[in-house]
Amino acid sequence: MEVLKIATAGSVDDGKSTLIGRILYDTKSLTTDKLEAIEKTSKQKGYDYLDFSLATDGLVAEREQGITIDVAHIYFSTAKKSYIIADTPGHVEYTRNMVTGASTSQASVILIDARKGVIEQTNRHFFINNLLRIKDIVVAINKMDLVDYSEDIYNKIKADFESLMSKRDYQDQKITFIPVSALKGDNVVNRSDKMPWYTGQSLLEHLEALDKKDVYNVGTPRFPVQYVIRPKTEEFHDFRGYAGKVYGGELSVGDDIVVLPSQTKSKIKEIYFYNEKYQTASRRSSVTITLENDINVSRGDMIVKEGDLPTIDKQFTANICWMDATRLTTSGKYIVQHGVNKVLAKVDKIHYKINPDYSGIETDVTGLNVNDIAQVTFKLNKPIFYDQFKNHRTNGSFILIDSQTNNTVGAGFIQ
Amino acid sequence: MNKDTSHINSLENEAIYIMREVAAQFDKPVLLFSGGKDSITLVRLAVKAFYPAKIPFPLMHIDTGHNFPETIQFRDKLVKELGLELIVRNVQDSIDEGRVKEESGRYSSRNSLQTTTLLDAIEEFKFDACIGGARRDEEKARAKERIFSVRDDFGQWDEKNQRPELFDMLNGDIEHGQNVRVFPISNWTELDVWSYIEKEDIEIPSIYFAHKRKVFLRDGLIWSHSEYVYQEEDEKVLERMVRFRTVGDMSCTAAVFSEAADITSVVQEIRESTISERGARIDDKRSEAAMEKRKQQGYF
Repeated sequence: MEVLKIATAGSVDDGKSTLIGRILYDTKSLTTDKLEAIEKTSKQKGYDYLDFSLATDGLVAEREQGITIDVAHIYFSTAKKSYIIADTPGHVEYTRNMVTGASTSQASVILIDARKGVIEQTNRHFFINNLLRIKDIVVAINKMDLVDYSEDIYNKIKADFESLMSKRDYQDQKITFIPVSALKGDNVVNRSDKMPWYTGQSLLEHLEALDKKDVYNVGTPRFPVQYVIRPKTEEFHDFRGYAGKVYGGELSVGDDIVVLPSQTKSKIKEIYFYNEKYQTASRRSSVTITLENDINVSRGDMIVKEGDLPTIDKQFTANICWMDATRLTTSGKYIVQHGVNKVLAKVDKIHYKINPDYSGIETDVTGLNVNDIAQVTFKLNKPIFYDQFKNHRTNGSFILIDSQTNNTVGAGFIQ
Repeated sequence: MNKDTSHINSLENEAIYIMREVAAQFDKPVLLFSGGKDSITLVRLAVKAFYPAKIPFPLMHIDTGHNFPETIQFRDKLVKELGLELIVRNVQDSIDEGRVKEESGRYSSRNSLQTTTLLDAIEEFKFDACIGGARRDEEKARAKERIFSVRDDFGQWDEKNQRPELFDMLNGDIEHGQNVRVFPISNWTELDVWSYIEKEDIEIPSIYFAHKRKVFLRDGLIWSHSEYVYQEEDEKVLERMVRFRTVGDMSCTAAVFSEAADITSVVQEIRESTISERGARIDDKRSEAAMEKRKQQGYF
């Protein structure tokens, strides 16, 4: 199994950092020196329990304010799997961080405080996880110890959450509810004996059981050319290899392919991974491909299978998350980075803004502020080769770059 | 601890992808090479990324002059075998030119002085991307570091204003004078690096394996007895079997007692270890935010 990346969303009050700390502690992933540091600081602060959030909130500003302001990456492993947790803040002003964290994750944990139930923030987390089409979601109902491990409260929260589920766009998303106490360790790693009415898995057991098919969609192979390898040595005098990563499916020697945008046809001659030749390049492998014909291929081109072409167009409509303090405006010009390909883009129309709490849309929008999510049509200076995000997570997504500041100012999911 | 190594293939594929993005997006990249296991792993990944062509960028070593001699010998051998270009810039020169001042006393180290030498070298060669072996699991501030991390004209890291990184997309657009620090093994853990070294049969300097060494004890750490390391008269020299888990220069790297003399026993030892890797880094112990402060100033 590949490394499993999990996004966690929730505010510090939900006990998210405590949950992560608990996972690290119960899987024995915290080393003695880190544990000692946590014990020492917890004591200094006068707490009568260990403050596991100290293990994750890395920056000085965060330790001072006691909140998580960026995406932190936390690593742990079990006998079965290696995990990366992308820990993101839950406040509305950090919507962009949540989108960022979810974009690189294969599963997601949404935390709910059992005392508060489903709140606006819960809606937002769920909306973003659905927008980004995360296949597997765990709703962890935390602080069960503070509500006497009540089954009624658990059921009420579950029912409230389920009423949101009918509004979601991506209906096939798998959602699992688990009652936990991060502070006391109930149903996080080990099953709890305090909630006999819950017979499901603990959070970690659920994650341990996830397989590739549970977190990845199988699509069609797309091979964006990253770099052309021309050794110009005596041994490899005529070698012309196309380096890149295979997305969505497999490519094999002998496959009939088309190079975009030129639409030149050829066949895959060899697949290299370092100095070994392979018959097949598997999904997400970084290989080097050679073709039967000597044709002109350069960075930004895409190799696809014949008869399986993506959409080739100079405009597209996408849901975007705006991430910059400077407003996006109609007729604004940006760079679209689609995979390794960069093109100039102009905002043609902002159709509507989506309230990321499932409360509806706002039309008549002339600009977007930081953390806004909206449906936008872009016109491009040259065609790109895309799939709809719902069919291809990689070839259906892009980032927006401000050509003045070079900053990444938005992310989009093609409709 | 995960004994299945198939996840390492996915980390390797990700790192190779990042190496290729560097070569494609930048005019003058360089690989920062310290002679430690992480930078040796980077060299291996770069070799694999561009095969059958040579690595399309040079290596650069910022030499504090206080390195373990084994590391320097190893560096020179590796460069020769792979036919790579190596640039060396010396902290001693920065001291001689009055660019930095040598620290003195019990905890003196040249570790933080490297920053000036590094920034001067980046300016001298006009490097626009510096590939480094930092990993997010090493340290709390590094856990927030991007894969492509922009540094301003002064080499500074603005941790509150980092570019978001989504999906696989790496935005390497910068202004003239800025540079990007690139961390291809961001998502690797210490155990992943060691497992990869074992799996790929990568040669590493002998100091990573158990050997007899003259050491002394201070603050619960094992320090090397050397002319470069300040030692009190009452700090007794002992001869012990030790190895190094992390290699910086002699003044900031502590050893661990170990009998692990080959890669398999080292991997086993790391798997079972209850102390973090940087627990043996004297430079991190200066304060709770030691790493974050150094990074803001342009430290690697």
